[in-house]
Amino acid sequence: MQLETRFKWLPAPVLSLLLFIVWLLLNNSVSAGHIVLATILAIVIPMATNPFREKQPLIIKPGLALRHLMLVLFDIVTANVQVAILILGPNKKLTPGFVKVPLDLTHSTPITILASTVSLTPGTVSAEVYPCSETFIEGKTSEQRFLLIHVLDLKDEQALINTIKQRYEAPLKEIFQC
Amino acid sequence: MLETVILIVFAMIGLSLLLNVWRLLIGPSVPDRILALDTMYINSIALIILYGMSMGTALYFEAALLIAMLGFVSTVAVCKYLLRGDIIE
Amino acid sequence: MTEWIISILLLIGGSFVLVGSIGLVKMPDFFMRLHGPTKATTLGMASLLTGAMIFFSTTEAGLSVKEILISLFLLLTAPISAYMMIKSAIHHKLDSIERTKGKGNIEDDV
Repeated sequence: MQLETRFKWLPAPVLSLLLFIVWLLLNNSVSAGHIVLATILAIVIPMATNPFREKQPLIIKPGLALRHLMLVLFDIVTANVQVAILILGPNKKLTPGFVKVPLDLTHSTPITILASTVSLTPGTVSAEVYPCSETFIEGKTSEQRFLLIHVLDLKDEQALINTIKQRYEAPLKEIFQC
Repeated sequence: MLETVILIVFAMIGLSLLLNVWRLLIGPSVPDRILALDTMYINSIALIILYGMSMGTALYFEAALLIAMLGFVSTVAVCKYLLRGDIIE
Repeated sequence: MTEWIISILLLIGGSFVLVGSIGLVKMPDFFMRLHGPTKATTLGMASLLTGAMIFFSTTEAGLSVKEILISLFLLLTAPISAYMMIKSAIHHKLDSIERTKGKGNIEDDV
């Protein structure tokens, strides 16, 4: 995994890109002045805030990241239709449950992304990461971490864990190379 | 036709706001009420955008964006208060 | 034609928002209630805002893409507020209904 960027003046490329896009969207224009201002902000703000953030792994395969984003967006749409059907159906048929998913990821940025995707996709909400972040020391990776999720309609626990690990965690591991 | 559709969607959002108020009133616990408030601010964004559409002006966009940001921050602040008994430690 | 697309998007958005609120009222315990507003409402808002985007792009001069910003913001923040709420619910030891599986997986927090 790679923690430092190649250029000192660009500590977080994704954050810079996001700032650039958001500034242009907020002003709703692509005039030259706004592009210059957006570029300045996209470089200055990540540099100024860099000392506040912990070192996190960088995205190494942007192409794969984009493809994974498309997959997740597609999954969000199908998942919502499923959840809508579950909600409108009878309550008595639902069997909710808590499931612990063992994590292979170690750093907080990939884990946050995984937890957010789990929250937005089929019938699951991520609840907690064990051991709790307060007691976990970054760098000491000997301890196995778990993600506690709440499932709206739990049918097969092992199948669900496998789906999450293969469909959402494996691409993240490849994107961040950790 | 669009005017009718906007009216129908107005009614839908209004109904969901009423359902949220119902959940806010009956509780039974504090996180339930926070959840109801969280849903209410998202629904009010929908209401404001729809109002802007029916008036034919994009002026209300800024108000919607501000509500989105403040709503998120206040939800997190109230949850943090419940968790710790303090917002800023 | 665009009027049809806008109408369909608005109706889909409105019904998803409504489904989210129905879930909020109908479900028996807090953890199940959380599913409606986090997922259905977020997608409903995304669809509604896409409709609004097309509407303002056709009625006013020039393209209007600002509505994407609200959708993006809601999509990013919905999991985080859900996480904060479920964390505070676990901290307050809220009861989940009888037939919930795997209650033993919840650990006591410090």
